[in-house]
Amino acid sequence: MSLKKNNGEKAFDFINIIFMLIVMISTLYPFLYILIVSISPIEDVMKEGFILPSRIDFSSYKFAFATGAIQRAYGNTIFVVVVGTSLNILFTLLGGYVLSKKKLPGVKVMNLFVIITMLFNGGLIPFYIVVRSLNLVNTIWSLIIPVLINTYNLIIMRSFIQSIPESLEESAQIDGCSYTRMLFNIIAPLSMPVLATLTLFYAVGHWNAFFNAIIFINRKALWPLQVVVREIFANNIEAINLEDMPPPSETMKMATVIICTVPILVVYPFLQKYFVKGVMLGAVKG
Amino acid sequence: MKNTISKKIFKYYELYLLFIPVAIFYIIFSYGPMFGLVIAFKNFNFQSGIFGSPWVGMKHFIEVFSNSDFLNSLVNTLLISLYRLIAGFPAPIILAILLNELRSNKFKKFVQTVSYMPHFISWVIIGGMVMNLLSPNRGPVNMLIKALGGEAIFFMNEPGFFKGILVITSIWKETGWGAIIFLAAIAGIDPSYNEAAIIDGANRFKLIWHVTLPSIRNVIVIMLILNMGNILNAGFEQVFVLINPAVSTAGEIIDYYVYRQGLVRFGNYSYAAAVGLFKSVVCLILVLITDKVSKLIDENGGIM
Repeated sequence: MSLKKNNGEKAFDFINIIFMLIVMISTLYPFLYILIVSISPIEDVMKEGFILPSRIDFSSYKFAFATGAIQRAYGNTIFVVVVGTSLNILFTLLGGYVLSKKKLPGVKVMNLFVIITMLFNGGLIPFYIVVRSLNLVNTIWSLIIPVLINTYNLIIMRSFIQSIPESLEESAQIDGCSYTRMLFNIIAPLSMPVLATLTLFYAVGHWNAFFNAIIFINRKALWPLQVVVREIFANNIEAINLEDMPPPSETMKMATVIICTVPILVVYPFLQKYFVKGVMLGAVKG
Repeated sequence: MKNTISKKIFKYYELYLLFIPVAIFYIIFSYGPMFGLVIAFKNFNFQSGIFGSPWVGMKHFIEVFSNSDFLNSLVNTLLISLYRLIAGFPAPIILAILLNELRSNKFKKFVQTVSYMPHFISWVIIGGMVMNLLSPNRGPVNMLIKALGGEAIFFMNEPGFFKGILVITSIWKETGWGAIIFLAAIAGIDPSYNEAAIIDGANRFKLIWHVTLPSIRNVIVIMLILNMGNILNAGFEQVFVLINPAVSTAGEIIDYYVYRQGLVRFGNYSYAAAVGLFKSVVCLILVLITDKVSKLIDENGGIM
């Protein structure tokens, strides 16, 4: 069976392809433009009608690294990504496992307890007050502890574990296995696909996070990557410099963007299928 | 009865122990702030703490609703959400349908992968890109305008453009990612429906209208519900990155107003908390209403 290929259909196919090309170009062009500006000499960029540089100039990259602010911020961000994501996964695994046990007395209440937090939250100010009262302000932990669990991810985890046949655990229990050992030795290895996906969700979240750092951290030395980028764009040179330096130029700003985006862009094509799976897993429950 | 329950709890005690860290987290960081909302009815300051601060009842709420800045932010929030809904909600659906119509699977996957890449870039980065692209002297957009004979427009400083910039950039960022769910739904459509329609003489467009769209109706409704619950949100991080004093009347949304009142201007914690409380309550009501409505349409609908 096949659709009769008349001219209308062929035209549609052709236009569709053009449309997709436009979609791709409009997605990629901003990055391309940023890249071009970042490797262009500043005099070229300031001229009217700039399209292509007269020569390749990496000096803005040198400047970007010169203050050490970016390296420090990279270190902070990597710490948050590694430690934060590990804790995220641990807590999400614990929660997802317990909440998946349908026969556990009170499990319905526990589930409700968690879901309610998705429907109603106290807002920014009370949240800020709580974190401040815990003396987390101006520590790197303010970026990790208040966001230990993402409820949406928790539900994904729970749904996945529920799909694992109970007989596996039942036979292990007969052999005298404790719940803790079952969780880490049986359930966790079987949950690798969803754990991989959630790891990536959490990791990207930490990499891109900036707002909590803005409201909780005043010490520049602790600033993560995105905050430093933002400060550079806002021309807050005192924020990132320890000595006198000229205000960041357009090219330096763009170099910073490239430096901070390259890891994600490089890693992304290999990992994107995990993200897509994650959306599906979430959608099944939704 | 009592015996069996305590026996059960004893049998499962380990699970309760495993859940304790999770429970503690939620109690501190989700339920704690909910309890802390009580400061909206007080004059909170850090020295007195939550319990010691004096009670003022509804005073802040009265202030809130007579404050023109707040009312302005409410209008902005609703308008931005409305524009987002009109322009941004159909976009992923259309993209998914068109992607599905592509003949080559490889090309389709390639386009998809490219299309949801912006979802993984932070708003800080995108904000920087946008400011550069729209720059009056050097940005490509203005260069194009000048090449066509027009005058450069200072996009980022014009209140009239701001909401449009917000909506367009968020479409750019999220359409590809949003299309994933719809594509998955379309992929799940029983091919026999399409075949039957073709036998009845349907062409491509009729197929889309009469088979594809109705089949993914459930997913569309669910996504609509989720969007409805989000009406008062309007994208805080995005606004935070792009806003500047010149456009604040057009761009300030409720969340940004709360941020400015509570954390930028010193000492307005209770007032800002009152705004936050109002917003959370309305959001909750909206979610419950749209969930009920979706159940009326289709008894299996809704998220709860």
